[in-house]
Amino acid sequence: MSRPLLQASGLSMRFGGLLAVNGVGLTVNEKQVVSMIGPNGAGKTTVFNCLTGFYKPTAGTILLDGEPIQGLAGHEIARKGVVRTFQNVRLFKEMTAVENLLVAQHRHLNTNFLSGLFKTPSYRKSEREAMEHAEHWLEAVDLKAFANRPAGTLAYGQQRRLEIARCMMTRPRILMLDEPAAGLNPRETDDLKALIGVLRNEHNATVLLIEHDMKLVMSISDHIVVINQGTPLADGTPEQIRDNPEVIKAYLGEA
Amino acid sequence: MTRNLKSALFSAVLVLAVAYPILGLKLDIVGINLAVVGASSTTVLVIFAAALLMFLRVLFNEQISAMWRSRPQKQLVSDKASNFLTLPSTQRWFLGALVIAALVWPFFGSRGAVDIATLILIYVMLGLGLNIVVGLAGLLDLGYVGFYAVGAYTYALLQHYFGFGFWICLPLAGLASATFGFLLGFPVLRLRGDYLAIVTLGFGEIIRLFLRNLTDITGGPNGISNIEKPTLFGLTFERKAAEGMQTFHEYFGLEYNSINKVIFLYLVALLLALLALFVINRLLRMPIGRAWEALREDEIACRALGLNPTIIKLSAFTLGAAFAGFAGSFFAARQGLITPESFTFLESAIILAIVVLGGMGSQLGVILAAIVMILLPELLREFSEYRMLGFGALMVLMMIWRPQGFLPMQRPVMKLKGER
Repeated sequence: MSRPLLQASGLSMRFGGLLAVNGVGLTVNEKQVVSMIGPNGAGKTTVFNCLTGFYKPTAGTILLDGEPIQGLAGHEIARKGVVRTFQNVRLFKEMTAVENLLVAQHRHLNTNFLSGLFKTPSYRKSEREAMEHAEHWLEAVDLKAFANRPAGTLAYGQQRRLEIARCMMTRPRILMLDEPAAGLNPRETDDLKALIGVLRNEHNATVLLIEHDMKLVMSISDHIVVINQGTPLADGTPEQIRDNPEVIKAYLGEA
Repeated sequence: MTRNLKSALFSAVLVLAVAYPILGLKLDIVGINLAVVGASSTTVLVIFAAALLMFLRVLFNEQISAMWRSRPQKQLVSDKASNFLTLPSTQRWFLGALVIAALVWPFFGSRGAVDIATLILIYVMLGLGLNIVVGLAGLLDLGYVGFYAVGAYTYALLQHYFGFGFWICLPLAGLASATFGFLLGFPVLRLRGDYLAIVTLGFGEIIRLFLRNLTDITGGPNGISNIEKPTLFGLTFERKAAEGMQTFHEYFGLEYNSINKVIFLYLVALLLALLALFVINRLLRMPIGRAWEALREDEIACRALGLNPTIIKLSAFTLGAAFAGFAGSFFAARQGLITPESFTFLESAIILAIVVLGGMGSQLGVILAAIVMILLPELLREFSEYRMLGFGALMVLMMIWRPQGFLPMQRPVMKLKGER
């Protein structure tokens, strides 16, 4: 049993009179793929926003490797290694694919003003390494041929893959994917599944994802958390979830 | 048809209602009283002719626009030419040619021409600086002139009270403006778009009023005069050197000629403008330049990647302010006299107009726009009453025909080698 990397407990988020998330807890162990499922409007993305610092949770604790991170700003949490994608792709559309990946490495680069001005050897080295790192990941997501195309002109499936690659550039400890298969055709979904497998097996990535595609969820998840109307409904292995009468009821409605 | 007739009549009456009181009536002094007199009959005729034209234009609106559409559409500049002109490599050549022309210019131009060219260079510097903030980082700053004022007053005050020379004060002025940019940016950069524009507008005015009312130190509305001109390694360009200094013409054994001073000032301005050009060119390709662009496109995505939006915006704001500081201290040195009235909102508006007209983010465009914006009013001095009218017309026409600016630049993209 690997050790827990991300632990959230008693997570609640209240918008005025609406309790969008109520006492959700989840644990993501290292190198696991954990999925969060639930009907539309169940509060899955709200949980994501709380975990990544885009919302400040009303109550609850979030531990990243034992360190509390709830209430930190979005970019601070991202710097600690919790990096996410978005339900609607958020690339820098005017910039090329490779530039998208360079921006994501900002934190690891030599951003000293003077060394950039005079192009010192250390600056050149840092830029060259960033370019190589970007090239490596473009190859990994099969987009090297499109490296110099503006990101906005890529096909939707390619944009999704580029967004995942962009997250990986930040060298995250946990990768959070918000409906990565939404809008993809079956073949692209298979590619995505293969990519997540590669991320976990070859790059030791830990993944937390929200997804509606049950075939995908059941086949790649180590653990599944089900949320309904903001409250935790069930959690367990894919087999346990598949046979849980509560889950079936929430998804299909009362018979 | 009746609807057309109605709106045509309305338009014609509107033309009359607007034009007649403004152009057709005049105030005249009769003895000690004012009297309203009608304008000449030609003016009245012209007004009625304009109303008639407007009537016909609106009445036959559909026919005219149909005729307009049926004509073969020809673009002002063909796509191919436009693509070629906006390439970064083409613009670099243009820029090189422009710099050479600028270097040769003072030795052939007349004294007045060189003087105007110096003024243009100040605006080039300001335009390039504001371009960082508005064009690259996408932050609308309407109070840019405030930083310009800080730079100018930094030099003027240090010179007046402590006798510091221009070359020592130049970096200090940049630093002072940058500090102001930083301090202002810290609280306001969480605002976006219009709100930011209004806050910066207020800031520019506050600085001006502050300088105006701080009479004990800044001399209030009278400003500070007798500011020293820059020297060339301690050689002054005045006719008589001050105590312990030497003049340029004595040192080189030349006849005193006041044009030397003008040319020297021009060359200093050129040096500063080239420096700004170089620094900004590098910035574009540095990680911080990429971060500015990324932030302009999607702030939320930036945050999710661990980029701190506040720091990145603040760096753009601070750097832009520093360039205004350099320009300001040079302006003070050139004028020899500065008053708060040199730093009104109109200046901010002109600098912003230079950036927008030139094409956001394009350096060559900014330079061309600065030339147009400063040179045109100088050339058309006889029509100076219509200056604002002209600017307005230029803006409207630009928005219709070239909303992207004179010469926008395609982004200098980082390319992965070996790929298309």
